[in-house]
Amino acid sequence: MNIITIEHIAKIYQVGSEEVRALSDVSLTIDKNEYVAIMGPSGSGKSTLMNILGCLDTPTKGLYTFTGNNVSEMDDNDLAAIRNREIGFVFQTFNLLPRSDSLHNVELPLIYAGTSKEERKERAIEALKKVGLEDRMDHRPNELSGGQRQRVAVARALVTNPSIILADEPTGNLDTKTGEDIMALFENLYNQGNTIILVTHEEYIAEHANRIIRLRDGLIEKDEIIANRRVAQPQQLEI
Amino acid sequence: MSHFIYELKEGLIIAFNAIRANKIRSILTTLGIVIGVASVVLMSTAIKGIDESFQSSASSIMGTENIFVDKWSWFGDIPWWELRNRRDITMEDYEEFKDQATLPLAVVPRTGRRQPASHNDQIVEGCFIIGTNQDYIKTTELKFTEGRFFSEIESKAARRVCVVGGEIAEKLFPRGNGLDQVIKIKDKKYKVIGINDKQGSFLFGDFNPDNMIYIPIEAMFKDFQSRHRGGGITISVRAESNQMVPAVTEEAISIMRRVRGLKYDEIDDFSINKQDTLLDMINQSVGVIQIAGLFITGLALFVGAIGIMNIMFVSVKERTREIGIRKAIGAKKRTILGQFIYESAFICLIGGLIGLFIAVLGAKIIEQYDFPVSIQIDAVILAIGISLLTGVLSGIAPAYTAAKMDAVDALRYE
Repeated sequence: MNIITIEHIAKIYQVGSEEVRALSDVSLTIDKNEYVAIMGPSGSGKSTLMNILGCLDTPTKGLYTFTGNNVSEMDDNDLAAIRNREIGFVFQTFNLLPRSDSLHNVELPLIYAGTSKEERKERAIEALKKVGLEDRMDHRPNELSGGQRQRVAVARALVTNPSIILADEPTGNLDTKTGEDIMALFENLYNQGNTIILVTHEEYIAEHANRIIRLRDGLIEKDEIIANRRVAQPQQLEI
Repeated sequence: MSHFIYELKEGLIIAFNAIRANKIRSILTTLGIVIGVASVVLMSTAIKGIDESFQSSASSIMGTENIFVDKWSWFGDIPWWELRNRRDITMEDYEEFKDQATLPLAVVPRTGRRQPASHNDQIVEGCFIIGTNQDYIKTTELKFTEGRFFSEIESKAARRVCVVGGEIAEKLFPRGNGLDQVIKIKDKKYKVIGINDKQGSFLFGDFNPDNMIYIPIEAMFKDFQSRHRGGGITISVRAESNQMVPAVTEEAISIMRRVRGLKYDEIDDFSINKQDTLLDMINQSVGVIQIAGLFITGLALFVGAIGIMNIMFVSVKERTREIGIRKAIGAKKRTILGQFIYESAFICLIGGLIGLFIAVLGAKIIEQYDFPVSIQIDAVILAIGISLLTGVLSGIAPAYTAAKMDAVDALRYE
């Protein structure tokens, strides 16, 4: 079943009198329970594609259908609702709220979804358990290590049971070992049936996916299925 | 609805955290609102106090149910040189008037002179000696500390008895026991048969019942004022109620015209003076004070509001990334809008409450100096209302900037 279908998408920025084509013409589909890595050098358009896939931005041209909804014509509020319910973001820089503890950070998407207080807490704790951080609920981001922060971010992405998890260089700010832990976490989520889209420029990280889409100059250069994908093993934590 | 409450609660938590994280900045910002609200509340209660004392001063002297038929127009627009040529109102006019009047509760003659009063070594200069008759008491709300007003017999017989106002009594009899003492008014001896409560006055300086001595009008004519060349008298007319005042006024005019023998084409040669006229004047001046006062204090509040707006803009800029995160995980435009407006309203509300507290203290201090102020519940509502309104208004522009930020740009902001 297709979760994502994009057809001939283009994103054109007007910089002064010059047109910059961040994406020229991209079409692809992503099915449920796929583990996709999007790769490309800087300037290839992978960030732009990620923003569009994550409903943070809309394409200039083309059609984007997300779980049957035409996203390319949605307004800001509908996009916010889709992001809230259907997409779990994991960022390179974690992007947690610095003044809130882990529990509140994980609860936040549920607050915007209007979930009741009891259910919110229950589900946030459950998500924190999944990433092995139930004993760090009352810690603020600055009281956590980089790996722990990223795990809180993963818990926040999971808590709404989204259709896709969209991770943008999730290991970029972590050392190799901790990075491997995070990848093991994704491995776990993938095995539980989640759909994961990974944006990275590291070949090693991309090899964890079962499909790699390579972008160059705003076009898909290559879209390949990986037969022998790398399976991450937890290094430090037991999940 | 419950959705809104979650967002409101979340907004308040964010606001509280943001304020706690920037204590000094929040305090300084709030100071503007504190000063603004304190001055608005103090000013409005002071104005109210002034207004109330004006009104009560006015009614302690005139009374809302009284009209005064006089040669002179007290507050009027008729030039004095025209009034000067009018005939004096005489005791005979009064008698005729009283006989013909059907509506009033009381019709009383009244005349006044300033004379010194003394008792032993105590001298009070410039007392207002009011000559009148026993019915005068019906036209006022005079309260007696001791004694009584003079009787019809005392009045008609021109007995040298007097009723002394509270302040004069205090000065003449520093140790009390004024009743039944004999005082001198100018050089004539009068027996004190009554002493009035002191009531205080704000508007007319010492021209108020506290500084008056009432004596029978016949005694007045005997001792201090010529009956026929003394400038005449005033006829005080008391209506039964406020509603009756217009009718009593109409009747008074027609009776006076008859008494004076005026033809239909002749204009009145007397004036009807009413508290309303005075109140109109008072209201005008109070209105001017009100506008000026509230404008000035409003400026203070406005400066405070600009401070809040400024700091909210800074806050939005600083938290660009936070806004990006919130948007990415599903905060809608209005949620972000609300968040910053709540924050601004919250800061202002705290400022307003502090300002109110300061205003209450200020009012207590001012009260020590006999200036009439009292903070009522409406001042509290005013303070809270004004500070919330200021908060919301000065938060709108910064909050709107935050709400319309692009999520992608905001997330990338360093």
